[in-house]
Order: sequence, then C-alpha cells, then structure tokens
Amino acid sequence: MAEATAPKPSSSVKLVLLGEAAVGKSSLVLRFVNNDFQENKEPTIGAAFLTQKCNLPTRTIKFEIWDTAGQERFASLAPMYYRNAQSALVVYDLTKPTSLIKAKHWVAELQRQASPGIVIALVGNKLDLTNEPSNSSNALGEDGDGEAADGEDADGDARKVSTAEAKSYAEDEGLLFFETSAKLGTNVTEVFTAIANAIPETSLKGARGPGAASGTAGRTEEQSRVNLTGPRDNASKEGCAC
Amino acid sequence: MGTSTNFSSPASHSHDRVHATTDQTPAVQATSENGTSDSMTGDRSNDASQPAGDNQPSISSSKGDHDREDDQRPPLPPRPSLLQADLPTTSSAGTKRPALQARPTTAISSVDIQTLSFPDGTRGTFSTPATRSVSESVSISGASGGQSTPSRKGRGGSEFDDTTSLMSYAPTLRANGDLASLLDDGLSSQSPAWKLLSSQAESMNPFEKVGYEDLSLLNFDHEFEEIDAVDQKGGNEEEVLLQWKSKFKHYLILSSAGKPIYSRHGDQNLINGYIGIIQTIISFFQGAKDPLTGFTAGKTRFVVSTDGPLYFVAISKLGESDAQLRAQLEALYMQILSTLTLPTLTQLFTNRPNTDLRGPLEGTETLLSSLADSFTRGSPSALLSALECLKIRKSQRHVINNTLLKARTEKLLYGLIVAGGRLVSVVRPKRHSLHPSDLQLIFNMLFEAGSVQAGGGENWIPVCLPGFNNRGYLYMYVSFLNAFDDGVNSDEPASTAHNASRGDEIAILLISADKESFFELKQMRDDVVKQLEKNGSMDIIKTAIRQGRPSTTDIVSGTQLKHFLYKSRANVQFTMPSFSPHFSSLLARRRGLTKHAD
Repeated sequence: MAEATAPKPSSSVKLVLLGEAAVGKSSLVLRFVNNDFQENKEPTIGAAFLTQKCNLPTRTIKFEIWDTAGQERFASLAPMYYRNAQSALVVYDLTKPTSLIKAKHWVAELQRQASPGIVIALVGNKLDLTNEPSNSSNALGEDGDGEAADGEDADGDARKVSTAEAKSYAEDEGLLFFETSAKLGTNVTEVFTAIANAIPETSLKGARGPGAASGTAGRTEEQSRVNLTGPRDNASKEGCAC
Repeated sequence: MGTSTNFSSPASHSHDRVHATTDQTPAVQATSENGTSDSMTGDRSNDASQPAGDNQPSISSSKGDHDREDDQRPPLPPRPSLLQADLPTTSSAGTKRPALQARPTTAISSVDIQTLSFPDGTRGTFSTPATRSVSESVSISGASGGQSTPSRKGRGGSEFDDTTSLMSYAPTLRANGDLASLLDDGLSSQSPAWKLLSSQAESMNPFEKVGYEDLSLLNFDHEFEEIDAVDQKGGNEEEVLLQWKSKFKHYLILSSAGKPIYSRHGDQNLINGYIGIIQTIISFFQGAKDPLTGFTAGKTRFVVSTDGPLYFVAISKLGESDAQLRAQLEALYMQILSTLTLPTLTQLFTNRPNTDLRGPLEGTETLLSSLADSFTRGSPSALLSALECLKIRKSQRHVINNTLLKARTEKLLYGLIVAGGRLVSVVRPKRHSLHPSDLQLIFNMLFEAGSVQAGGGENWIPVCLPGFNNRGYLYMYVSFLNAFDDGVNSDEPASTAHNASRGDEIAILLISADKESFFELKQMRDDVVKQLEKNGSMDIIKTAIRQGRPSTTDIVSGTQLKHFLYKSRANVQFTMPSFSPHFSSLLARRRGLTKHAD
C-alpha cells in the first residue's frame, strides 16, 4: 500500500490446498471460483490450477490456486505446489476424525518446509452434514471430548470433530480457522477473504521475496535448488533393464 | 461355476506393451528431413531402458526435490535434436527446430508415412534395416506403405497351433478391416484386430452362433446402473446378488495373494467371496504350471490373465472373443501401470506380497470403470486398437500442425490437440511415437471419466504412459478450451457451450518430462490458442465437431451400407461413419459392434 499509485493495487497470491482425499478441497475451490457445487465429484488427478480475484477494500488479491489431489500417492508432489506459496488451505472433513490427523500432518509439513510466513488456514468442511446452525462456530464448544464417538445421533448429526478441538489446535499453531460447507457456500468466501487480509503487505509488493508473484522466478529458484535425488535417480535409471 | 473347463495354453497376448527388443543399437537419427522415415520407435524400449548418458543433460539437471515420484521419472530416451541444439540435423534455421515435427505419430495428414507400428511395440522403417536384423522384429517396409511381417516371438507352441488352425479355416475374406494388409501381412500378424478375427475363428463354430443377440441383451440398458449396497443387516442381499448377476460384463482385479483390487460391479462385501473362489481356481492351475486362461459356464465366458502379481478376470455374456476380452484386461492393466508405474507396482508386491493395492490406486476406480464401460458399450477404438481423427481438410490440419510447432517450448515432449475424443493434431519428437494404448488411457481419463473436466481450470497430471515407458511419470498439462471460452470469448453462444457434451470439448494436452514445467506449458497453451483463433483454425475445429461424423449415405449416396469401420494399419487410425440413424441407441450400437467384431 505504501508504494501504491493505482487506486487499487492488485497482487497475486499463490495459494495451495492440501488435505486428505475426499474432504472437499476441489469443492471449496469450485464454490469460490465458480460459485458452483457438484455432488459426487470425481477425485482430482494430479492438481488443478485456478485463479480468482478477491476484492478487499484497499486492494485486489488475485489468487493463483493449486488444488491438489489428496490421495497418498500424490503426496510426494506436494512440495512442488506449496513451495513459494504465500498461503495454504489445509482442509479436513469434520465428519471424519482421521482427516484432521492428516491435516495436522500437512500443517506440520508446511511449517517445516514451506516459505516462512506462509498464511495457513485450517478448514473443516462439510458443515452441511451437521445439524447446527451454520454460523455457530462455538456451538459445540462444550462438547469437549473431541472425536465424539457417538457418531450419528438421532437427529442425523454426522459431526465427529468438535469445533473446540480443531479451534484450539488452530490457535496453538497460529492458524486461521473456519468451518465451511462447500455445498451450501457457508463461510467459503470468508476463508479466502480472511487469507487475503492476513497476507502481509510486505510479501505482496516490493521485494519479490518469498513469493514472487507469478512464480517464474520462484520456479527457477526451485530448479537450482539442490538436487538430492540425483544419485537415486541415476541409480534407478541404471537399474532399468526393460 | 466351472462346468466345462477348457484350457487354452499360455495366452498369446496381443498388446501394445513394450517388449524389450534385443536391438541394442542406439536409434539412428533419421537423416532425411522430410519426416518420412521417422526413426525407429521400436527402439523406444531400449532408449528408455538405457541411461543413454550424454543425451539427457536437461533431465538430470532439472531434478527437483527428492521424492518418490522423482525416482520414477522416466529416463528420457535420447531426443538429440531437441536437447542439443547443435546437432547436425538441426542445421536448418534456428527458428524451426526439426526435433519436433508436426507429422503426427499416427500420420494424421501425412500421405507418405512409411512407419509401421506393430502391437508388440516395434516399428519398421527404412532408416536402419541393416542393424535391425535381429530376431525380435524384422522391419521391412516398402515404398508403397509396405507391410511387414514381424517374426513371431518365442511363445508357447500353442500360438503356432492357433495360427495353423486359423490358416486352415479362416478365409481371409472374413476381414472387416484392411483387406490389403491382411493379405499381405499373412497370418502371423499380431495386430489385436487380427487377433479378434482369429480368435473368433478359433472359438466359435460359425454354424453355432450364440443367440445372444435376441433375448440376452434385453437388459443391456441397465448394464451401467449402480448396484445397491448391501445394507448392514444383509436384508437385501439376495436382491443385490440378483442385480449383480444380471450384469453382462464383470471385471475383477485381484492380487495373487487373493486381495480384491477392483470390481466393476458390486461392493467389497458382495464380491469378496467370489474373489476368494477365483483366486483359488487360478492359483490351483498356476501351481500345476498350467495356467488357466479361460473357461465357460453356460453362455458366460471367463477369461483370466495374469500380469506379474495381479490377476485379471473378465466375465462376459456378450459373446466376445477371448482375444477381445484379453485386450480389455490388458488395457485395465495399463491403466494401473499408468497410475503406479511398473517399478512401483513390482516393489509394492516384492516388499509385501499381500499388499492391498486399493490404497495406492485410490481415486482411480472411476478411470478403471470408465475404461471397462467403454469396452462393454463397444468401443471401435479398443476393438481396432487404433484412434480416430477429427475430419478436417489436409491444408487446415497443416496450419494447425504448424501453429503447434511454432509455439512449442523447450520442455515439450508431446503436444496434442484433441476434439471430442478425436485427434486433431500431434507434435512429437522425431523418434517417439505415441502408442494407441497410451492415447486410449489419456482419452479415457479426459473424455470418459470426466474427473479432469469437472474441476475446471487447468490441470497438471502426473501420468505414466506404459507404451512410452512404463517406468516413470510424464507430466501432462491439460486445458479444455470450451470452458476457457466461457470466460474469454463470448462470441460462442452460451447455450452451445453448455449443450456440448463433455465429449465434444476441445482439449490441448502438452506433455513434458519435467514436472516443474507447468507454467512454461501454460504459456505455450496461451500462445497456441491465440494463434489458432487468429488463423481461423479454432472455428474450423469447432465446425468439424459440430458436423460430427458423416453418415454412410453422405459418403456414398443411396448406399445400403449401415455402418463400417476402416482401419489404416500404417497410420494406426480408423474411421467410421456416424452411428445414427441405425445405431443411435446404446443397445443397437453394442449389437453393431458385436457384428463388427465377428
């Protein structure tokens, strides 16, 4: 903002979505980008790249979104997507406790390996499967026993991860936290807006530091990055006798 | 289950899988610039397998971080002229690197292609006849687009028997395809299409046609409906079982340890018992060193195929031949390899023989199912193992080819424009062709399964193309243009864009061996699209899609002919008229294709 001359400066922000398979990463993006929802969406293969603008009062953020596939076999490709990302959305399914565990792994990996200062949002998706009013983010606050074992109770509440549990974890780790429904659109734009607001302006303008806007610079940097695989790759090539 | 069991001996696989050839000579760079002799792709397997040291500078330098995927990166076969700009062949002007050519693998527009590809992955050309006189594949090709006779592989004696029996009573005129090539090619041809014919001849007495046409296809319309899940109390088990049994086609994939991997119909609870039975049967014969390849129960044919640690079973009531079913199973295997690569698959089972492969394959069930369903519906492309091209004029294709060529970037391996599941244009390195089986997998992923399109945006997909190299991944940039049009080009009426089924979309596929090259390829996509819009090619493609295939009466007015399939062997392409009006329904189409297969 400091050096802004145009009425509304616009900047690109690289964002990556991570999380277990079938938690609704693509659905969140689809809701954010196209305001659309598809029931029974087929799994993402590899990764999809999408862009969407987010208008803030003082500036425009253009999100460059990497929507990654959640299957385990794609996990090794993730660094390629979160490297140089200024923000990450780590998604879990609030009806599936294991997906939160996976989300915590992703958070840890991001904190360890991604650019320092990356803005991470923890998102519990599928809020529509619970029967609480969608905006009561602490309605279940008293349900402190976390992964309520009593699963679907009489009124069809499929929630298995309590808001309190996830929220306290998010606070401990310094993450943004939201519960969303991609199906109903609940809280989806809010997540992205919150991320946009949380991106420090210094990382947007001026010094093309950790997240060079469109990634070109970033990528060359990646390539020059050390090549730990070299020897192993050669080995595998030699072993190839097909 | 097994009433009349008859054992055919070790199956002669008909595939596009790469067989190692014994030819160790590095591929000779084609010297003629006209592209007629594209250098041997038969060497592909060798190229791929050899480290081919000095030819791969860019590869080893562009390694990213270390992860599993990286290990699997296909050791890129030498692409000298692309990588080493100073190679003699690139002497032609700097702007036009001859390394990639617009001469599509399958020679979409080329009239004089001399390359023949055989299903066993070999190719014949003139460029190096002398060096290739080895047993695996003899390549001879004549100026007249000559045919050559791949020498038979050292397989069981059975194949010999098969062919002789064939020779005795399969009149060549049964061919529905390329008559000339048939006559020329002799009976030892290994093309899947030929196999289909031949196995038909061997498995079926012509006087004893199975009556599957009349009554048995009655419920075919329900073939692709989901089977209900068995509810927890098992109350509906019987009903579900009936549904399951009413399917005409089943595919089962299991590990040799008996773990279920995939089943087209029915959930795990339902099929587990059958998986156990089939595993027992297969293992029994394996133990006796006399592998089971197929058996018949009533009108149902069971075909078994074993690939490494995996068992594949096709169960068909559609009267398909063993060879057809076997080719289908092979395609499913290719799909699995495409997801995992061969080394990963092997490693998984070497380390833990009772690996549950469903984890590693998670998310690809839809790909397997859409592939399986395309076989069940009857896919000319699978039947002939050839591909179909969009019908446009040669000059127009030429313009498109050149557009792609001009826009190509350093990292590009293959570039394709595909419209409605039909190929429009391909650019590729001179010495690599694209295998029909690989294209089948790609087209299935993009146009049948819909996982890619549904997401919108652009995609970056690691994929192993087993025909190219089953040991590593390539990275595929995919962009669908109609979706693109919505935002940018508003001159296309929104309604057509929405009405167009997803099979009618135009896709640009750019394949690279470098997993970091997304943005480079994305830029290339933008350039290509801009140029295609500018030179009018985009409209030509759209018009061609809208027109669809011509009907038989358009081709020959007043003809009685309802449908035909024509395959050009030299180009690995086929063409056919529109299915409508005679074969517009699913059932009619299936019947039509069954006839074709006969």
